[in-house]
Amino acid sequence: MAKVIVITSGKGGVGKTTTAAAFAAGLALRGHRTVVIDFDVGLRNLDLIMGCERRVVFDFINVINGDANLNQALIKDKRNDNLYIFPTSQTRDKDALKRDGVERVLAELTQQFDYIICDSPAGIEHGAITALYFADSAIIVTNPEVSSVRDSDRIIGILSSRSRRAERNEPPVDIHLLLTRYDPARVAKGEMLTVEDVKEILSIPLLGVIPESESVLRASNTGTPVTFDPESAAGRAYLDAVARFLGEQREMRFVKPERRSFIRVLFGRA
Amino acid sequence: MRLWNLFSPNRHSAAIAKERLKIVLAHERAGRGAPDFLPRLQKELIDVVGRYVEIRDDMIRVNLGKQGETSLLEINIEIDPAKPRPPAPRPAMAANPG
Repeated sequence: MAKVIVITSGKGGVGKTTTAAAFAAGLALRGHRTVVIDFDVGLRNLDLIMGCERRVVFDFINVINGDANLNQALIKDKRNDNLYIFPTSQTRDKDALKRDGVERVLAELTQQFDYIICDSPAGIEHGAITALYFADSAIIVTNPEVSSVRDSDRIIGILSSRSRRAERNEPPVDIHLLLTRYDPARVAKGEMLTVEDVKEILSIPLLGVIPESESVLRASNTGTPVTFDPESAAGRAYLDAVARFLGEQREMRFVKPERRSFIRVLFGRA
Repeated sequence: MRLWNLFSPNRHSAAIAKERLKIVLAHERAGRGAPDFLPRLQKELIDVVGRYVEIRDDMIRVNLGKQGETSLLEINIEIDPAKPRPPAPRPAMAANPG
């Protein structure tokens, strides 16, 4: 049985798709057969982030409607044999994502994969609810910023009341916090919430801290999951998060500011 | 950190963020899972009580809590005994026989 993981946040622009791409690629690098599905119907972007936008023929909605079969729509990643991308449709019909259809497609994917990563749209509307409904695990992508933390809290509430596991009184969805765009230098200055602050406020276990990094934009520019960039601090932080997800102990890196000389610190030069 | 930032009022903005979040989330979590009818119930209670005594919106508080296994609907109505309304005919009621 594949494990279904939803990448969600409530708020937009916090790094859900970046995380979905990086995490899926990270799981594939660890040898797990992984598919990443775009649930953001009408605003398809996972294909661009994964660098397969020119290979999209059929999509999630085509498969739900029976216009194509699964293997026609799945795109095999060219860099890793374990990784597949399942793009969404650009339709403006927001009801196209039917819950029973999604359930059928997930059941079929379960036969072929170890992990199914669901990249949720922002908000708490139909698409976001459908993305989280079937989840076994959830990764809550949060920026150290008030509106993101508040929206994460809202999504955590929805996961514990409206997921299938909640409706069926099954063991609850396994919820993890992933703090992204973390800037240790600003945290040290008291300008940004600390990891501990966010953990304390949301009271869910921490899976990882991804530092603010130029390599994330570079990765999206080139359509490469950031975990495929061995030079990237963000990529390494994502790989640590994947390892923790798989049950390994890893120390948190990139949470302290890089050392700078006393004189430079005093005069504020970077 | 620049030396003069030590005296800047913005220095602890993260601490302010944390405090604000704690307060707003405590409030929102308390209201979570509450049935949608609570605000309507509160409004109707204000209308009914308001026929007998002068009352402001914030003088009625409706909360759904839990005591062990029992759900508890708690209604607090603060009234000012010095301001009863005269028992005059109520045009609002007469105009609305339904």
